[in-house]
Amino acid sequence: MTAAAVLSPVADQASDEEGRALFDELIAKDSRIEPRDWMPEAYRKTLIRQISQHAHSEIIGMQPESNWITRAPSLKRKAILMAKVQDEAGHGLYLYSAAQTLGIGRDEMMDQLIEGRARYSSIFNYTTPTWADMGAIGWLVDGAAICNQVPLCRASYGPYGRAMVRICKEESFHQRQGFEILLELMQGTPEQRQMAQDSVNRWYWPALQMFGPPDDQSPNSAQSMAWNIKRFSNDELRQRFVGMLVPQAEVLGVTLPDPNLAWNEEKQAYDMSEIDWTEFNEVLAGRGPANAERLRRRREAHEEGAWVREAAAEYARKQSERVKAVA
Amino acid sequence: MSGADLDPHGEVSVDRLALAEELAGAGAGEGAVASEDAAEYALRLGDDALVLAQQLGMWITRAPELEEDIALGNIGLDLIGHARSLLHYAGSATGRSEDELAYWRDEPEWRNAWLFEQPNGDFACTIARQLVASLYLFELYSALADSTDPTLAAIAAKSVKEVDYHRDHSTQWVLRLAGGTEESRRRMIRGVEVTWPYVDELFADDELTERLAADGVAVLPSTLRPAFESAVDEVFAEAALERPTGRTAYTASGGGRRGSHTEHLGPLLAEMQVLARQHPGASW
Amino acid sequence: MSTPGEMGTEPWPLWEVFVRANRGLSHVHVGSLHAPDADMAVRNARDLYTRRNEGVSIWVVPADAVTTSDPDAKGAFFESPAGKNYRHAVYYTKSEGVKHL
Repeated sequence: MTAAAVLSPVADQASDEEGRALFDELIAKDSRIEPRDWMPEAYRKTLIRQISQHAHSEIIGMQPESNWITRAPSLKRKAILMAKVQDEAGHGLYLYSAAQTLGIGRDEMMDQLIEGRARYSSIFNYTTPTWADMGAIGWLVDGAAICNQVPLCRASYGPYGRAMVRICKEESFHQRQGFEILLELMQGTPEQRQMAQDSVNRWYWPALQMFGPPDDQSPNSAQSMAWNIKRFSNDELRQRFVGMLVPQAEVLGVTLPDPNLAWNEEKQAYDMSEIDWTEFNEVLAGRGPANAERLRRRREAHEEGAWVREAAAEYARKQSERVKAVA
Repeated sequence: MSGADLDPHGEVSVDRLALAEELAGAGAGEGAVASEDAAEYALRLGDDALVLAQQLGMWITRAPELEEDIALGNIGLDLIGHARSLLHYAGSATGRSEDELAYWRDEPEWRNAWLFEQPNGDFACTIARQLVASLYLFELYSALADSTDPTLAAIAAKSVKEVDYHRDHSTQWVLRLAGGTEESRRRMIRGVEVTWPYVDELFADDELTERLAADGVAVLPSTLRPAFESAVDEVFAEAALERPTGRTAYTASGGGRRGSHTEHLGPLLAEMQVLARQHPGASW
Repeated sequence: MSTPGEMGTEPWPLWEVFVRANRGLSHVHVGSLHAPDADMAVRNARDLYTRRNEGVSIWVVPADAVTTSDPDAKGAFFESPAGKNYRHAVYYTKSEGVKHL
């Protein structure tokens, strides 16, 4: 334990004040907070919640795509998809590591996930009935994720920012491969084109919802922005994303499923239809197409793997005893 | 701007990479065309790798720990790479692409050995299958790297380095499962038992391998067996395991090299090929 | 004091991972991972942190084996170098313009 833990409450309070002053100074200079620094309890809690949710999203997010690894229609696509899903496992692990520096174990986070006590991105509760969904997920879901994540590379908490830098570098291929899948389909047979358009229709709105509720209904955003965890508001990022999608959709030849989508010269922004937050809230509340299935799969893998994890731990214990006996 | 001035939290850019050649052996002989015999041989090796990769792909999201999802994924990706190179070469004899061979052949046209199509079972079964497969493939590719066929030699030289790691991965897990808890040891022994009937087929010679080995193109499978067995014995000695004997020592007839398969290959192919076959002639 | 994140209670302990990106460079801390023992830790590190040719060598260290400077004494601990500018070449300005100095 640190020396601070055994000091008198008075001294503790004094060092708290000193810590807070340093914390405020670091945030004000847009510097970084590192694990052993003093930090407000709410800052720590916010980060644990956000980073672990982000990690869970990567891990649960493997499932809708792993659904197509065995059926990918060419060997090249099979390899790409496998590498991508594997990357997501890696990203989950980077993030669990970052969260762990705040004093929460991965086992505890995993328990929260499989017991249904933790959240993850709602988007992964949608299903992937067609191959085109591999394209739409890459283009729209990973695209939205990248918009959200690039500013997080500058998050004030050092380990989180560093994990995000690594993740963003690796994800640059995820969106491109999705775009390519859709492009191949759009240049293919009428059935393939239909498959691509249907998939874009299904994923477009859920992808826009990934940026979170509108700014006036997002209670935690202001504090996160003050702490330099979040850098742009939900609506700003959503606008930026749509602005990138429109010309890309033209290249693909797909129609974005919003009849009201149009450039507003006066506002210098896109007008768009109202997002259906009822659906978002339904999925968030566990009533999406695949909430139960996603958690069941994760729980099964975790429980069925218990004997393997125990075996490895037991072997390590025996080995270290053997080493001690020899010494 | 010097390095010290760079923002440590800096902008993210796409790394500049020198992309390595995607298909091993592609550069060995520009547009090399396999002889009919070499193509059949490459098909056997390619099918082994692809069927095994397909099985490992099923583990992703289901592995005992997240780190293992990644490890099995890496091995699967290596195997897909080997399969693509080998099928690409096999197809050169008849003008077929790797995908035509992977997606448009029916079960009797597949040439993989039975070992590779045996189901994943639990993690111990998969590890037992991985141990046999990787020890066998390591001996095979080590020898094949000296093939008189430059394409096969190049593919083997690239693959053997990767298979060397697969060998290490399965060995590490055999040691841990056999030497871990009572349950893991029981499961490991069972895994070895269900895998062993399929070992013999890997080392069976036939007319094709005899013909090709005479020209130094292929490796005669039976010649790999002594090295394979001593490698197995070494791992088993450390893990205190034994090769199955007596009542549990079945030997399956085999027949994969002739296109005769166990009941597991059909469903595996049906799943792998379903989408491609719904769209004949489509490109992806 | 160990690195942040070490719990001491997890069935698979935490390992800190250091990667040498290229010959001639130091090993640099890249993150952490869980593994039952050192052999598996170095293999997991290979799969997790070097999937894209990021390294030519890896170190793994049990997180509880790392000793860190005490952060609560941070100010005092790193105070000494301040005010000793004469340790830096830029402190010496009279030699400006003289070659090879």
